[in-house]
Amino acid sequence: MRLRRELYRLTGQTFAGMQADLGKNYFELFGLPVAFDLDLADLAARYRDLQRRFHPDRFASASEPERRLSLQLTAQINAAFQALKDPVARARYLLALLGVDTGEDTDTAMDTAFLMEQMELRESLDEARSAADRDVRLEVLHQRVDAEFEARSALLRSRFTENSETARRQARNLVREMQFLQKLAHEVTELE
Amino acid sequence: MALLQISEPGQSTAPHEHRLAVGIDLGTTNSLVAAVRSGVADTLPDEQGRHLLPSVVHYRHGADPEVGEVALEAAADDPLNTIASVKRLMGRGIEDVKRLGNLLPYEFSPGASAMPRIQTAAGERSPVEVSADILRNLKRRAEATLAGELSGAVITVPAYFDDAQRQATKDAARLAGLDVLRLLNEPTAAAVAYGLDQNAEGVFAIYDLGGGTFDISILRLNRGVFEVLATAGDSALGGDDMDHAIADWMWREAGLSEHADHKLQRRLLRDARAAKQALTNAPTVPVQVLRPDGTAWQGELTRATLVQLVDPLIERTLAPTRRALKDAGLKPQDIQEVVMVGGSTRMPRVREKVQVFFAREPLTRIDPDKVVAIGAAIQADILAGNKPDSDMLLLDVIPLSLGLEVMGGMVEKIIPRNSTIPTVRAQEFTTFKDGQTALLIHVLQGERDLVSDCRSLARFELRGIPPMVAGAARIRVTFQVDADGLLGVAAREQGTGVEATISVKPSYGLTDAEIERMLRDSIAYAGEDNAARNLREQQVDADRVLEAVQAALRADGEKYLDRDERAAIDATMEALQHARAGTDTTAIKQAITALDSATQAFAARRMDASVRVALAGHRLDEFKI
Repeated sequence: MRLRRELYRLTGQTFAGMQADLGKNYFELFGLPVAFDLDLADLAARYRDLQRRFHPDRFASASEPERRLSLQLTAQINAAFQALKDPVARARYLLALLGVDTGEDTDTAMDTAFLMEQMELRESLDEARSAADRDVRLEVLHQRVDAEFEARSALLRSRFTENSETARRQARNLVREMQFLQKLAHEVTELE
Repeated sequence: MALLQISEPGQSTAPHEHRLAVGIDLGTTNSLVAAVRSGVADTLPDEQGRHLLPSVVHYRHGADPEVGEVALEAAADDPLNTIASVKRLMGRGIEDVKRLGNLLPYEFSPGASAMPRIQTAAGERSPVEVSADILRNLKRRAEATLAGELSGAVITVPAYFDDAQRQATKDAARLAGLDVLRLLNEPTAAAVAYGLDQNAEGVFAIYDLGGGTFDISILRLNRGVFEVLATAGDSALGGDDMDHAIADWMWREAGLSEHADHKLQRRLLRDARAAKQALTNAPTVPVQVLRPDGTAWQGELTRATLVQLVDPLIERTLAPTRRALKDAGLKPQDIQEVVMVGGSTRMPRVREKVQVFFAREPLTRIDPDKVVAIGAAIQADILAGNKPDSDMLLLDVIPLSLGLEVMGGMVEKIIPRNSTIPTVRAQEFTTFKDGQTALLIHVLQGERDLVSDCRSLARFELRGIPPMVAGAARIRVTFQVDADGLLGVAAREQGTGVEATISVKPSYGLTDAEIERMLRDSIAYAGEDNAARNLREQQVDADRVLEAVQAALRADGEKYLDRDERAAIDATMEALQHARAGTDTTAIKQAITALDSATQAFAARRMDASVRVALAGHRLDEFKI
């Protein structure tokens, strides 16, 4: 019986078996400096090259330990790519590396003006849902949310060029606001 | 004829042994097996020269089951014992079956477990066993044609198949004695067949409408890397539904009453399908229904009527298509080529609607029935190790979000749909009672927020958590989806480092015990010598491991191992060589496990070095795009 290939059936593996701990952070994994600015096309090329080397398909005839390692490593590479690809996720990851927790679960306080604006946008979304000119409204809303997001994007980039606690705090707040906006944009897209 | 180059043990350069690997398309309506021979991938015919094997099994009392055309012939006369479209039951529970109602006119056994069992003249059969019978037939065909024993197979599944459906497919392959090299998504397989054929680059949409499932996948092809951007579908929509729509129309036109016997139902379905296919090449086709009272109804099925009947079904394929495009962040005009896969895409109306949607003519050059098996064969050839210089890489995705049940009957997503696999995600849990030593995690698949609207995958019980004050434990649970799209779970209490033991209760799958029993039963009835087969398999495994370790030692043994470590590995290798020469299957298995353990650290060092080499290469090389 080919039990050896059945490693990945729904049975628990040991924790160590799932830990691809190479002592590298996501930037290091891609051979990139730990910084906010990066070239997306370059990132994508590095990602494809890493996958070409380490994907489980390359290890189909290799020994068991190598296949297991390949699986863990490529899972990490995929997680790293997702984190670095999106500017908000990248910022959140960078802040975590710098010891700043964006505290989605623990800290619910946010800028009042921002929250009011979000509530207003959500109301617009609800109204748009059943409106006669739904498509137009959704398009307008989409553009508004995008504009708000872009404005913060530029600010965020500048916060990472400064190496101060104030800058990091500002970056943290921007990240939290941008996450809100991303969620909203997603909901608008779902309706379009 | 396959070329087998056998390497002598102890040779300094191991010549590459060509391994026999095949691609299998286990379809709802038809199944195929394909292989690469002399550099060309093609499907393998049976003795009568037929490439397609109808996915139909006819069970008989006191005799082996019949598979394929001969079984299809029995369908009309022995409907309850002739199982067709079993793919629709894979990874499904008895409740799903009830909902499918008269689409599958078989007798089901009420059972203790959620897996439906079909009553047949040969006894109860689960869908996994029926699929295994089909796979066994293909395996025999391949081994006869290729004149040798198979070392592995790539088996395709609809991209939209969930974990339970995939696991069921893997279980069926295991029962059939096939070593699964990879579960490959059908649209991706088709992309491989077309992509390599045309040496193409760009963004493709694969529209795959088979007998029972619909998949739409959006892929980017770049220098041999096939990257799935998004996938969507309907795992219960296909040509079968069109047949039913036509059969229902014939029923109504013939003025038949509600309850007709199974034979009439099957005959109607068969005639409906024939009429549907005839209309591909003719504008109208005569149809008739033989009523139970002996009278006959005769009519004409025109293309216009067909269009009326199937348009709602084709429309249903466009919703997932829109969703996949949205998930990929693309519009229809961004797609460079649209590929048609599956027999149902032969229908002119289907091609018409797809053409209108994408505003371009879809590619149909490669036989839509064979293209998936051909793509699978290409990958099988590479995974078996026959093409060490191949640049092809398939980056596929998980089609459905994975989530956990949380308070209030809600689902919290932990791995979103269209995440590239393999993927890993960790989540921390804590205890809510003092001294709590176990934790129950319910994993589901789906996009909705309520547990009741998602598909239950399995319940994982984590045991062995060190007893602590409530809320003090930090249990890190790691969810990993492998390259086959299958989920694995591990858990550890962070503070103490204690690993939890995990027992899994699949919601719609076979337990390990059930599969072991089926394996024993199937081997017995297949007339093979259990012991001899197991021994042979272990010996092949041993050879493979020895070759891999020897190659690794030759390459890096000096660099990464000190004398003691090397001696330890050499000793375990020798022990394995010794066991392999004997006839004790268990001893060989244990020796393999021992060698794996002994080389673990070595493998980790090599991998780490590989990563460093890869990164160093990037820092210097600015021109790779």
